Amino acid sequence: MSEAGKDTAEQAEFRTYCQNWLAENHPGQPPVHIPQGALELSDPAALEWLQKWQKSAYEAGLIGVDYSADCGGGGKTDCQSIANQEMQKAKTPFLPNIIGLGMAAPTVYFHAQEATKQELLPKLLSGEEIWCQGFSEPGAGSDLANQQTFARKEGDSWVINGHKVWTSLAHFASWMILLCRTSKDDKYNGLSYFVVPIKSALGKGVTVRPLIKMTGETGFNEVIFEDFVVEDKYRLDDVGAGWKVAMTTLAHERGAGPLTTPSAGGQVNEKENGASIGSAAALIELAKVSYRNGKTAADDGAIRDEIMQLMIRQEGFRQNQRRIGVKALNVHPMRLPLQFKLVATEMNQDIAKLAYEIQGAGSSLYVNDENAAAGGQWQLAYMNSFGVTIAAGANEVQRNILGERVLNLAKSK
Amino acid sequence: MTQSINFGFGEDETMLRDSAAKFFADNCGPNKIHGQVADNPDIHRDIESKWDQGLWKQITELGWTAACVPEAAGGIGMPVVAAVALAEEAGKTAFPSPLIATLNATFAVRECQSDAATKLLGDIATGTSATLAITNKQGSWAAADTDVSASGDTLTGTAYFVQDAQKADVLVVSAKTETGVALYRVDPTAAGVTLHADGIIDLTRDQAHINFDGAAAELLAVDGADALTKAMPAILCITAADMIGSGEWLLQTTTEYAQTRVQFDRPLGFFQAVKHPLVNVMLAIDAAKSLTYNAACAIDEEPETALKLARMAKSAASDMAVFSSSRAVQFHGGIGFTWECYVHLFFKRQMHNHILYGDGKYQRAQLADLLMGKAA
Repeated sequence: MSEAGKDTAEQAEFRTYCQNWLAENHPGQPPVHIPQGALELSDPAALEWLQKWQKSAYEAGLIGVDYSADCGGGGKTDCQSIANQEMQKAKTPFLPNIIGLGMAAPTVYFHAQEATKQELLPKLLSGEEIWCQGFSEPGAGSDLANQQTFARKEGDSWVINGHKVWTSLAHFASWMILLCRTSKDDKYNGLSYFVVPIKSALGKGVTVRPLIKMTGETGFNEVIFEDFVVEDKYRLDDVGAGWKVAMTTLAHERGAGPLTTPSAGGQVNEKENGASIGSAAALIELAKVSYRNGKTAADDGAIRDEIMQLMIRQEGFRQNQRRIGVKALNVHPMRLPLQFKLVATEMNQDIAKLAYEIQGAGSSLYVNDENAAAGGQWQLAYMNSFGVTIAAGANEVQRNILGERVLNLAKSK
Repeated sequence: MTQSINFGFGEDETMLRDSAAKFFADNCGPNKIHGQVADNPDIHRDIESKWDQGLWKQITELGWTAACVPEAAGGIGMPVVAAVALAEEAGKTAFPSPLIATLNATFAVRECQSDAATKLLGDIATGTSATLAITNKQGSWAAADTDVSASGDTLTGTAYFVQDAQKADVLVVSAKTETGVALYRVDPTAAGVTLHADGIIDLTRDQAHINFDGAAAELLAVDGADALTKAMPAILCITAADMIGSGEWLLQTTTEYAQTRVQFDRPLGFFQAVKHPLVNVMLAIDAAKSLTYNAACAIDEEPETALKLARMAKSAASDMAVFSSSRAVQFHGGIGFTWECYVHLFFKRQMHNHILYGDGKYQRAQLADLLMGKAA
């Protein structure tokens, strides 16, 4: 299977360019430990190495390909997906500025003033400035519109007070996309959206504190705002239009937005005891070196069936992404795009869960035990998988969205 | 070799699919089909094949049976995705006809490479219906398993689980020879051919076991097992597509019911105990559909991967068929459990197709042998 085939002329030329560049410029094996994903980054040395990789890929034109040139983009049409495919194939490292690329960039692109776009997007796309997302609050998780962080207008500026949680990468971030309340009179129309420079305000109205995940890793944070002053030029769209702007962010986060998010990350970081991490196919390798009932798990009928179920789900997910582009084979334009996050996160959770089970007694071993299969990375991946089935609207909310927007069932609220 | 990004589903295929959808919408809604095939609910009713031969004649005149016959044999030479699209529309209508059986037979005969096979393909293109008689009494789906034996140009033995046998003009029969398993063309009205109709659950098809007692046969392929093995990806895709169509009807119909039926002062769809499983049905249909078009495209464009991808598609579609039909009955509540509600037509068709050519567990066992090697 391949995504190549019927490229446009522009895509075909760009694909060849990407292949040639990646053949010469793959950054190779990292000198430091790289975690499973950008949201688990805690070592500054790992971040620095990944930022260097992102900057080189940006300068070569592989990132921000479909953004206009005056904002630091490549000015091409439907070519980011080509770069993504080639980076995946070349097994490059992932891109560290994941929230910037996936959520902040398209939101700034569609809602900021021209000068603000030109100020922010080049350093976002290059990865020089890391971004984080200030949406979730202690009282606003799945009910995102229940924002309590408040921005008060004072002269030409805004004074912000409040408490954000689940803020991945805030400890490295220069900027935050911030959803907050500017009026208490209306739940949805009382929200406004800002981009705020948090790194330069640390100790001056902004405090970032790490939260520890159930895995024992850091990587996400809580952020406290105390009379933090932000210029009005960093407001996106109108006062009171925050919910509308947030929908642009969430659509892209769910893979359902008009701009394709730059993504790489085909590199397998951990390879120990013969088993690698991530795909359903890797389960076969793990099963061959794991034992149950005197045979390998690969010889066990129930395990074989479950591995095949996941390989089928993974292929189905891939083919759904292909079918999104074939209008004649889609019943409703949002039906497949809105499934992306839900299907991907549950599939990955189930792959990690099966890997956990395949190891039998050995599944009790964690990343701090030298005898753990694959360095304990499957067990870690299983626990971390709940981060994404909960984040970006818990999957229960995703099912409400699909049921209400695609199937037109009555709203569950 | 790489696949087309659009699954090879271009303008011609879209036009054929849309005209099929319109034909079914104009000619056979579920009320008409229910009136035709479900007029007698008696559990001990006589076994009858009920279908509209006039509509079938129109379909053959529209060229649907010619679609996937090669041009050299007098057909249109469209890709497998065209047959898949037709099967999906037939499934959406729970259409009783020899269409699916004839499409399956077409792909088997296409692999036979003989003058007799070319002649049969030409007949199919001009409206002759056909069905495969290739299953033994145990219900084995393996290409080389048959309880029929050939001696010269005559066949003896019994073929089981023959789909839409009473509607077919031609039987394509697998039979043991001295060198292996061959495929033959048999006229079901010939001397020595006796058709015993099976009493089956699905009201939208017929099925039979057929006894051959020295029946005259015309050789289509010496290595019939090889031809059937090569045709299996297409047969699996067409069966999967039938289930995808039925699944979509069940989803849309149950969704409409959940929009309008009120209990506890709310439409059913308000309740997440109903809403979320309906969404899960949609997810299952979409994965099965993408996998099926992918596998069908592979048959034409990347044949070395076709069997693997078709088993994936049939597994996903079979599991979806059981899930979509069970949720449709459950969420229709009391009315869904009755004969008068059309849901049972689709429920029964799904349960039949789910097993046909191997259920999900069977496909995954085969797939595991392909991808992991046989178990120790």
